[in-house]
Amino acid sequence: MPSLGSDMEAGTLVEWLIKPGDIVKRGDIVAVVETQKGAIDVETFEAGVVEQILVPVGEKVPVGAVLALIRSEGEAAAAPPPAPVPVPERPQPQAPIVTPGRARISPAARKHAGELGVDLAGLTGTGPGGAVTLDDVERAAQSAKLKPPTAAERHAAMRQAIGAAMARSKREIPHYYLGTTIDMSRAMAWLQTENERRPITERLLHAVLLLKAVALAVRQVPELNGFWINGESRPSQDVHVGMGISLRGGGLVAPALHQADSRSLDELMAGLRDLVQRARTGSLRSSELSDATLTITHLGEQGVDTVYGIIYPPRVALVGFGRVLERPWSVNGKIESRPLLQATLAADHRASNGHRGGLFLTALDRLLQEPEKL
Amino acid sequence: MTLSAVASSTSQTEHEVKLLREMLLIRYFEEKSAELYTQEKIRGFLHLYIGEEAVAVGAMQSLRPEDAVVSTYREHGHALARGLSADSIMAEMYGKLEGCSRGRGGSMHLFDARTRFYGGNAIVGGGLPLAVGLALADKMQARNQVTACFFGEGAVAEGEFHESINLAALWQLPVLFLCENNLYAMGTALARSESQTDIHLKAASYQVPSEAVDGMNVLAVEEATQRAAAAVRAGEGPYFLELRTYRFRAHSMFDPQLYRDKAEVEEWKKRCPIATLSQRLRQEGVLTDESLTRLEAEVWAEVDASVAFAEAGTWEPVEELTRFVYSERLAP
Amino acid sequence: MNTIKTTYREAVREAIREAIRQDSRVFLMGEDVGRYGGCFAVSKGLLDELGPERIRDTPLSESAFVGAGIGAAMGGMRPIVEIMTVNFSLLALDQILNNAATILHMSGGQFNIPLVIRMATGGGRQLAAQHSHSLEGWYAHIPGIKVLAPATLEDARGMLWTALEDPDPVLIFENALLYNLEGELPADAGPVGIDKAKVLRSGTDVSLITYGGSLYKTLDAAERLAGEGISAEVLDLRTLRPLDTPAILASVAKTHRAVIVDEGWRSGSISAEISTRLMEGAFYELDAPVARVCSAEVPMPYPKHLEQAALPQAETIVQTVRQLVGGHG
Repeated sequence: MPSLGSDMEAGTLVEWLIKPGDIVKRGDIVAVVETQKGAIDVETFEAGVVEQILVPVGEKVPVGAVLALIRSEGEAAAAPPPAPVPVPERPQPQAPIVTPGRARISPAARKHAGELGVDLAGLTGTGPGGAVTLDDVERAAQSAKLKPPTAAERHAAMRQAIGAAMARSKREIPHYYLGTTIDMSRAMAWLQTENERRPITERLLHAVLLLKAVALAVRQVPELNGFWINGESRPSQDVHVGMGISLRGGGLVAPALHQADSRSLDELMAGLRDLVQRARTGSLRSSELSDATLTITHLGEQGVDTVYGIIYPPRVALVGFGRVLERPWSVNGKIESRPLLQATLAADHRASNGHRGGLFLTALDRLLQEPEKL
Repeated sequence: MTLSAVASSTSQTEHEVKLLREMLLIRYFEEKSAELYTQEKIRGFLHLYIGEEAVAVGAMQSLRPEDAVVSTYREHGHALARGLSADSIMAEMYGKLEGCSRGRGGSMHLFDARTRFYGGNAIVGGGLPLAVGLALADKMQARNQVTACFFGEGAVAEGEFHESINLAALWQLPVLFLCENNLYAMGTALARSESQTDIHLKAASYQVPSEAVDGMNVLAVEEATQRAAAAVRAGEGPYFLELRTYRFRAHSMFDPQLYRDKAEVEEWKKRCPIATLSQRLRQEGVLTDESLTRLEAEVWAEVDASVAFAEAGTWEPVEELTRFVYSERLAP
Repeated sequence: MNTIKTTYREAVREAIREAIRQDSRVFLMGEDVGRYGGCFAVSKGLLDELGPERIRDTPLSESAFVGAGIGAAMGGMRPIVEIMTVNFSLLALDQILNNAATILHMSGGQFNIPLVIRMATGGGRQLAAQHSHSLEGWYAHIPGIKVLAPATLEDARGMLWTALEDPDPVLIFENALLYNLEGELPADAGPVGIDKAKVLRSGTDVSLITYGGSLYKTLDAAERLAGEGISAEVLDLRTLRPLDTPAILASVAKTHRAVIVDEGWRSGSISAEISTRLMEGAFYELDAPVARVCSAEVPMPYPKHLEQAALPQAETIVQTVRQLVGGHG
């Protein structure tokens, strides 16, 4: 069956014009074959005597199938060796850029690592060029599950993170410090009276008074409430005050009490209790950890008089409180013993200046002289 | 390589035998190609020149080595008559490195710088503007050369024909337009595609001297193309010849010829240019049965040798695939 | 250094004039290049200066005169064929693709085609759907030709000579809105390379990759972004085939963000090719997906407000960059 075109795969024999014994010469039409395009004459390129018809009328055979045998003079030329099948070589695209030191992590891997909480640093990649792939992240997550970090490892990691943040803060933020002494007699007296009326479980700590006062005071100096990002001040509409809470084994977190300026003292107390408990059990939400718009470090219980703090970036202020201590104080020209508190403000000089910082401390003082209004 | 017919009758008969030989070479080469195609040695499309040999052979007599030839996909006859070796054409159709186009072109794209053979074009009408350009270059460089442009009658329906002949006439360029009218553009008969079937009249309307010629008679073709080429070479501008001929085989291999009658084919076969010339030469005693048989055997041997050459040829290494997209700069 | 005040149009004219004067094989042919002085007045005066043999008016036969350019190039000339605009080049597409781009290959390396085809391109003049195409990206798909998009005066002046010296067919696309562009050129300005992109404005936050008529909108956008604190690098591709991939990758390796500005229709455009090359070669350098500002996929409408809405604008580039860069946490 002759090939008549690359899209011809087979043909159907519809008519034989020869029979065994016939003499044929080169070019004689010997059969008619039906194809998808129509009936085509088949010629013989061999001369000789027809010996045998192999394909009957009506049969469809593929291209190359022998249709009939013709006995000719001499032998046909030997078939040449088959052509080697070439393997096409792909042209290489531009070799990808490899920047030394830049991690090669696929976007999908990066996203998944975030979801699973897998630390990408130190992962070896098995993708092209050593890139970290989804599979690599999965495997790391699996092995992390099998081998959860010890408390010591977790604490070590946390101390490292805190250290990095504090170093960065000291490096990048131009701190200025202001301090003031606040007469807490009214506040403490009010608190005592308040707490006597309440069951033990609902008693307020003076820290909550400080917290609320800070939240209200910062509304008057809004540039202290918010962030410094990419060279510009980004003050926040909301006041979420972060309370520094120390953890056993070292470590410090400052989860936010949201909308601290508009919550009651009771709400703040409940919120604070909840945060402390969850901080100590490690079940704080990530939004709580990052949402604080300014932070308070209260180290009175540790016996500290004055806190000179380091701002937790990217915030622009940190309010520090020491212990409330009875001390001599000049009241109307006479020396009396009063419960005094050292309040400090550490602030980012890019976002505010001493004048404004001073206004904040003044406001804070004033608020704490009217504790019933907090 | 080509000699024009000279007055002496001995030279004339020698010349006619040469013409017969050249036509036989084309005929046997094409028949062998058909066989090889059915055996899948030659692939793609195969367009055979069987029946039209007088046109290529007759026309080439009037061309000089410095002239240019532009052809179509039905080009094996033109290529052989122009002087490309049967070896190089067969190897090209096999796709071998030793082919005239390094195997890169195949049956429809034969090119040869030595003989100024500019292809081989698979687009009907695609070569006409090229021929106009080659002639333009000759005229601008004051070279007294002719560009012969072969095309089928199907091409005169394409806009490119009209644009090209108009431009050649407007700028008086040395193009010899050779229209091979074999009455069928693939499967479409001339009368079904042209409102004016006297094709040479179309050329005349562009103010180009034009004639119709009996394309089945190699001497008539030779005489007409001599006159036409002389006129072009003398700077008289383009010339147009309509060569009336017929292909005895289908348009290409996979064509059941539903569009024409077998009886019509048989009628035209009676006017076969090879049969008529060899018969006349036998009648005049120029050839005997033996000398004719010997001649045929010689030609077959040349064709068989080209097959052996192609079979023994090499495949271009695949690593070289992306060569010849842009010119390769010679190392300084 | 001695500079002259000139326009893009005059720079192209000078390039043609110089080429014809210096090389006897060079000539210009196309519709209305002679008596009319060129549809965009590029060849104004050249017929009188250089004569009708070298400045040839052709009939309206794109296929024939482009094919004749190919044949003449094969016959030893160095033609500059001017197709009035890319919109008309479609009539000669068979000659460009099936002959100019392929004869070298089909002939196994025997015949090269040292032809230059110049065409005006681009929209923005309310010429509606059939006269506003930007198809240089489409042509850049074809192996066997080179595609240039000169956007600066230096390139308008200097690319033609280099293209004429190239042994293979070169298509030069001149955005029609650039012809009036004014500026200064060194008095001895000469040929420039045609295979490398050029950083016209250095930056660190984003790479703006563009060519041709969109270049000045992109530079404009970069200037505005600088005022917003965003440092944009502007890369003029200059050549669309072959694309200068190393330059594209190097720029984005530096900035980690890319916006491609391309007057072609978005889908399957050259911006898609560049984006893919960035993905292939600089995947891990990217901090954000590659963005594109292209023409809207609509046949160009006639009224000005719709046409301007369809075309890339500096404002769109600025907004795209802001979205890409913004949102730092």
